[in-house]
Amino acid sequence: MNDLTPNREERTANLKGMGCARKRVEDARFTQGQGNYVDDVKLPGMLHGDFVRSPYAHARVKSINKEAALALPGVVAVLTAEDLAPLNLHWMPTLAGDKQMVLADGKVLFQGQEVAFVVANDRYIAADAVELVEVDYEELPVITDPFEALQSDVVLREDLAGQTEGAHGPRKHHNHIFTWEQGDEAATNQVMDSAEVVAEESMYYHRTHPCPLETCGSVASMDKVNGKLTLWGTFQAPHVVRTVAALLSGIEEHNIRVISPDIGGGFGNKVGVYPGYICSIVASIVTGKPVKWVEDRMENLMSTAFARDYWMKGKISATKEGKITGLHCHVTADHGGFDACADPTKFPAGFMNICTGSYDIPVAYLGVDGVYTNKAPGGVSYRCSFRVTEAVYFIERMIEVLAIELDMDAAELRRINFIKKEQFPYTAALGWEYDSGDYHTAWDKALKTVDYEGLRAEQAERVEAFKRGETRKLMGVGLSFFTEIVGAGPVKNCDILGMGMFDSCEIRIHPTGSAIARLGTISQGQGHATTFAQILASEIGISADSITIEEGDTDTAPYGLGTYGSRSTPVAGAATALAGRKIRAKAQMIAAYLLEVHDDDVEFDVDRFVVKGAPERFSTMKDIAYAAYNQAIPGLEPGLEAVSYYDPPNMTYPFGAYVCVMDIDVDTGVPEIRRFYALDDCGTRINPMIIEGQVHGGLTEALAVALGQEIAYDDLGNVKTGTLMDFFLPTAWEVPNYETDFTVTPSPHHPIGAKGVGESPHVGGVPCFSNAVQDAFRAFGLRHTNMPHDHWRIWQTANKLGLHD
Amino acid sequence: MIPAAFDYYRPTDMAGVLALLQQHGDDARVMAGGHSLIPMMKLRMAEVPHLIDLQDVAGLDQISLSAEEITLGAMVTQHTIINHPDLVQAAPILREAALQIADPQVRYMGTIGGNVANGDPGNDMPGLMQCLDAKLTLVGPEGERQVAARDYYEAAYMTDRADDEVLVAITMPVPQGGFAYEKQKRKIGDYATAAAAVQIGKADGKVATASVAMTNLSDVPVWSEAANAALVGTECAPEAVKAAVAAMLGDIDPSEDNRGPVAFKRHVAGVVLTRAINRAWSRA
Repeated sequence: MNDLTPNREERTANLKGMGCARKRVEDARFTQGQGNYVDDVKLPGMLHGDFVRSPYAHARVKSINKEAALALPGVVAVLTAEDLAPLNLHWMPTLAGDKQMVLADGKVLFQGQEVAFVVANDRYIAADAVELVEVDYEELPVITDPFEALQSDVVLREDLAGQTEGAHGPRKHHNHIFTWEQGDEAATNQVMDSAEVVAEESMYYHRTHPCPLETCGSVASMDKVNGKLTLWGTFQAPHVVRTVAALLSGIEEHNIRVISPDIGGGFGNKVGVYPGYICSIVASIVTGKPVKWVEDRMENLMSTAFARDYWMKGKISATKEGKITGLHCHVTADHGGFDACADPTKFPAGFMNICTGSYDIPVAYLGVDGVYTNKAPGGVSYRCSFRVTEAVYFIERMIEVLAIELDMDAAELRRINFIKKEQFPYTAALGWEYDSGDYHTAWDKALKTVDYEGLRAEQAERVEAFKRGETRKLMGVGLSFFTEIVGAGPVKNCDILGMGMFDSCEIRIHPTGSAIARLGTISQGQGHATTFAQILASEIGISADSITIEEGDTDTAPYGLGTYGSRSTPVAGAATALAGRKIRAKAQMIAAYLLEVHDDDVEFDVDRFVVKGAPERFSTMKDIAYAAYNQAIPGLEPGLEAVSYYDPPNMTYPFGAYVCVMDIDVDTGVPEIRRFYALDDCGTRINPMIIEGQVHGGLTEALAVALGQEIAYDDLGNVKTGTLMDFFLPTAWEVPNYETDFTVTPSPHHPIGAKGVGESPHVGGVPCFSNAVQDAFRAFGLRHTNMPHDHWRIWQTANKLGLHD
Repeated sequence: MIPAAFDYYRPTDMAGVLALLQQHGDDARVMAGGHSLIPMMKLRMAEVPHLIDLQDVAGLDQISLSAEEITLGAMVTQHTIINHPDLVQAAPILREAALQIADPQVRYMGTIGGNVANGDPGNDMPGLMQCLDAKLTLVGPEGERQVAARDYYEAAYMTDRADDEVLVAITMPVPQGGFAYEKQKRKIGDYATAAAAVQIGKADGKVATASVAMTNLSDVPVWSEAANAALVGTECAPEAVKAAVAAMLGDIDPSEDNRGPVAFKRHVAGVVLTRAINRAWSRA
């Protein structure tokens, strides 16, 4: 060694491993238009599919006449349920244990439902032919309200007539899907009955939609010569799609290759299986040609998986001093025409039972009733783990309502009820075991940074000024403290359609010391190619720049359950670290051989193994890789590869403290976000820059949902928000500056202590924005008003409080 | 979002445009920036078998300014309106309004002619043109004629323009006094929940002339003579502004949509007009 030899710090920096704000390796191609999305897949002879969709929300399909469409030159086929029935593909199973029509089988249950699939040799001809398919509908009574559905004589799901038992237990009514109960209701009621203070509130978490920039689509190519089906698609879980496709089609799984290419955002929208996927497969099998189906924006908003639509009724009890003693929650969940929620099988309401939030609540009860209505199916986790946004919104609103009831400061009320640092691992009343947390430290840091006391003083002055007629703007201070539950999940209680929710990583080190790693997950913008390489760099001592990360091709990647619910880092990230450690273990043996010492006499040092006590004697990972392939080492197989399948022992529980300062014009209902502070604790931080980007994106989607983004229906079940004119997708113009901050509380059970962060800002952000709006009116008597807080609804709140008089 | 088949034409002079219109009648439409028509075609809500693009027609993107008059060719884009120094100086209200139309990408293509001619109640320029008393020049098989913006709009998408006529230019007197274009919208790119265009002339400390027009609060833009009358001769004190707002509310007829119910829109119409009048007066 001499002065030019890089020192330890330099060697560490060169790795670009964990903790490095490494630039995203994906961005070069994305920013130069070189991405490869499903719609970029173009195959020789490829046909194009398009749907005839129902204009009605509930109607009987009396007849379908294809003649005019088939007569149009270029039209190859028009498929209806009748055509799919012999293959038993006119219905398909949903992820929630229900079944869903692929094409209308006698009736339609929501506007935009798929009725017929037109296949043509040109995309434009397919669209022309859609208009030529004549469908004779008989309108039926429409139910868009779940409470009405549970009273109505109208049977929405005639196919389930007489079935009193559903996938999740007894059905109470022909439009009822399931009841799911957690916790001890009797004990909770008992606490409520004798409590010093009880606050009750009903709230509606409106229906919205993940709305990824890229809509859903697929290209199916059945090669009739070799019997292989290749399916490109916008899949957040390509391996699950392969298994489901095998089970449905009867094609053996080794003959199906599923490829998720670049995906332009998922946010839960691309977890489920859609009729378009099935129809493109069937059409390819029937025609022997590749068939592409890509939906447009209106189809995406109208028919693919929505999020939320939860009617939540809460009761929270406390002592006069504000110590919470119990929580009761009942949800009426509107699932639309089919139960196509994407949740682990045993959790029909996802992880809604995380609704005790970040608080030490001794007893609690949650009951959820799922209901059919004439709306699109779905109920996915839009940028959150399963139903966690609903849960956190619920508890963070209940805390605010309790603070009003107690006439107490909402920040203080949170502080005195937080689970304490020394209580972790903490088992909540509804069963979850929180792995780690330090809520008080995070909360104090947040409040101090924003000068919480100062904000409250300013707010009080503003209220007085308003009353004196000196201003027409009110000020709201929105608070939220959230605990996410991510990383589904332990195979013992988490599966999807029977497939355990482990994940995987397979690594090959090349002879010259670079590497490729493949994972069972699939990036949709999360930057996996960047961050997983960083995990590996730190674990195996090879620079992240020398590691290729590949995902999404089921022929090459190891089996995994995919990317959603912030599970990639907690599950596949752990598999990556553990596979790396297997590599390192073998590398240690090789190094010891090369250095002619015993295995135990070498130790890992950043990018090499060194002889203990003699750091000048070392073997770099590059040397080791070369030797692994080219040197006959006694007792060792050639090569340097490893695979790890990781079944997480528990979920991880990221948390955070958010504060939003908002000014509201009571005359126009226009809110202006003055400040947004977000402190996130996601355990070990792999790439601070990517975390910051994730937080910005999640907060922006939270802003959207809280302030206007909704899928609204009229009484006839018509979608009123079917385009981006009416469906709010914020741009840079509507988005405030975000201040990000962090604390680090590693997960004790995760190999690198990481917890997952992509969805936290959405989960914590929605109640924060909403609380800011509601807090502005607290001084004037507002207790609760439902989202979305768009201009007219804010105006209406002000109006009802008499602020326009 | 796939339009039906259509034939596309790109004539280079008005004679060519008119000939195509003559030939195809109702089946032909002219297109300026395309930001209203193309989405309607993609939604198959507008069927246009023959689409005549005006992009290459010579002379339609001219701006001419004199001491008294401004003439804008129909193909002048919103982007040009925002960035044309002389125009901005002569009629700053045009820039203030254009900046609130859509987003920069749309404004590169979107034209004043298309915005004015289409008759979409959500468009901002029709109300502004009424406020500024613009005259629209239409060219048809019978030659050229002018119609006042205040007489042009009949109902949503229904205007005084015949199917075989093309809007080629917009002429307006150079606005005098203070101005304001006030618009409330839900987000960038949205139509107005309510918008007000106000131009006020001041003499001897009083309102000498006033012109108030409202956007997206009826199926046509609303130029409120009653509101103007309420302001003229006053010192634009709060009572006068209130009277003008009350008068304007008598002229509008908003309908409920996703932006909100009628009561909200009427309230906001009053707020934006109050703000617009006050701002215009402060600049007068």
